[in-house]
Amino acid sequence: MADSSDPPLVLVHRRPSLDYFDELLSRNFRVLNLHDSSDPLPIFLSRHASSVRAFVNVGRLEIDAELLSHLPSLQLLVCTSVGTDHVDLAECMRRGVAVTNAGDAFSEDVADCAVGLLISVLRRIPAGDRFVRSGNWAKSGNFQLGTKVSGKRVGIVGLGSIGSLIAKRLEAFGCIISYNSRSQKQSIPYQYSPDILSLAANNDVLVLCCALTDQTRHIVNREVMESLGKNGVIINVGRGGLIDEKEMVKCLVEGVIGGAGLDVFENEPKVPEELFGLDNVVLSPHAAVATPGSLNNVTQVALANLKAFFSNQPLISPVRLD
Amino acid sequence: MESIGVLMMCPMSTYLEDELQKRFNLVRFWTCPEKSVLLETHRNSIRAVVGNASAGADAQLINDLPKLEIVSSFSVGLDKIDLGKCKEKGIRVTNTPDVLTEDVADLAIGLILALLRRLCECDRYVRRGKWKTGDFQLTTKFSGKSVGIIGLGRIGTAIAKRAEAFSCPINYYSRTVKPDVGYKYYPTVVELAENSDILVVACPLTDETRHIVNRQVMDALGAKGVLINIGRGPHVDEQELVKALTQGRLGGAALDVFEQEPHVPEELFALDNVVLLPHVGSGTVETRNAMADLVVGNLEAHFSGRSLLTPVV
Repeated sequence: MADSSDPPLVLVHRRPSLDYFDELLSRNFRVLNLHDSSDPLPIFLSRHASSVRAFVNVGRLEIDAELLSHLPSLQLLVCTSVGTDHVDLAECMRRGVAVTNAGDAFSEDVADCAVGLLISVLRRIPAGDRFVRSGNWAKSGNFQLGTKVSGKRVGIVGLGSIGSLIAKRLEAFGCIISYNSRSQKQSIPYQYSPDILSLAANNDVLVLCCALTDQTRHIVNREVMESLGKNGVIINVGRGGLIDEKEMVKCLVEGVIGGAGLDVFENEPKVPEELFGLDNVVLSPHAAVATPGSLNNVTQVALANLKAFFSNQPLISPVRLD
Repeated sequence: MESIGVLMMCPMSTYLEDELQKRFNLVRFWTCPEKSVLLETHRNSIRAVVGNASAGADAQLINDLPKLEIVSSFSVGLDKIDLGKCKEKGIRVTNTPDVLTEDVADLAIGLILALLRRLCECDRYVRRGKWKTGDFQLTTKFSGKSVGIIGLGRIGTAIAKRAEAFSCPINYYSRTVKPDVGYKYYPTVVELAENSDILVVACPLTDETRHIVNRQVMDALGAKGVLINIGRGPHVDEQELVKALTQGRLGGAALDVFEQEPHVPEELFALDNVVLLPHVGSGTVETRNAMADLVVGNLEAHFSGRSLLTPVV
């Protein structure tokens, strides 16, 4: 039995490869790692975790009412992602469990990735790289022209910390920025579009970087893509569920839209195979946050939230539960 | 102007071909297998040459065309034109500055992101179905990395402006210090490379800048440094680059240009830490049309006695 001088117990769920996390946490806490056990989850939790007050969910484990019922003492859920669409936030609120996310830890990397995908699609960078590596440049000579980036009208869906950094970067390219979000932001010079249809109609590129919620699921449907038009391009660094993926595949194949740069998909790691043969798409394996800089940042954010919780200080990056 | 012979050196833009065809007697150099016969047939009618980054007007061609008055290049770089010979013979030369600045700067940033964030490799990984078998490796952050630019002209300055929006400190090397820019100047390329994470070549190709990125510069950049070339292939000692990359002395390279285009060293094809593009720095529909309009505009101005739009010589 733990006495009061022991460091607090923290439950961790992570992928086996992310072991650096335990090392850092174990300097401050006793770590109970879900990965270490072969028991079924409910059995493991009821056997070892009934007194756990804090849970760090690195592995994007689905947190539903059933799982929460096995953690009766839980007061804090630390998520290391920005999005919390894998968490039943209403149930957390009902149980009085506070939830934190990655805060701004990933924002620069995700914004960089969004701009990288945008330039890659318009300027056909992966297609050009394939063309050279296959030896076709020397053989056939002609590579299809790309589309100019500078000066394009870019509509951003979700102007949070990631969206704002994307806007800042694209302004330096002379791009004209407008946005759609739940509410209009004061003191922001970009034009606000109250609905996504008009945002799509008035822009060359749509960038998705909002949270996935019941309201934003399939926010990009066929109608939005038709509105964006045959030269329009979609960049998605949010969540796969923001786009009706089946319709998007059709729109890309039929030429209803001009192209797409996708870091996220509806059923990861499954990607619709119809996309594999298209030159006007750039595909990325949900890697927008995966740099050592980002992982170091998020580790620090998670640690700061845990320390704040156990010393009764305000949390660093709390998620709104209502 | 229909009688004026205009020699186009290679296919570069169908829009430009159409616009030239409408106004002049267009001769397509690449369509005739016997170049000497073609030149002999048209030697007294060709008064203008239209070239680009891969084919211009060398001394031989200039000598073969006694009526040549103007070389209008569909490029900003003039390294394929014998400028000395043109001056000597009173032949005017124009290029297409400014209109391609944004495109080249956009591509430089795109290449940096593609290289550091491994976007081409990510794309291959997904298309080959490898994602199902495991997570992709970690990549390298761009925001905040120091960017060293060789040549702070129009293009270099546009690259700096974009990189600043990624919170990158900017360093540069050029022939002279630019007193009004807030960037850090280094008097040699080796020092620039030592003090930068990312080295970008954005200067014109001249005798002085040929192989400006040599083995010493690559070693100064180091195993974590990356090289971006959107200038000209001969700026970089390509044989040394291949060695530095395969021996791990250089972290990576993203190249839009090569020494012997369209030939690319095959040793590069197997490397994941390189991005290879077929010289598309200005390769967008919008910009190629704007460049074509400048080529045509310069020729029209010349043959109607008005001042040239973008003269070099």
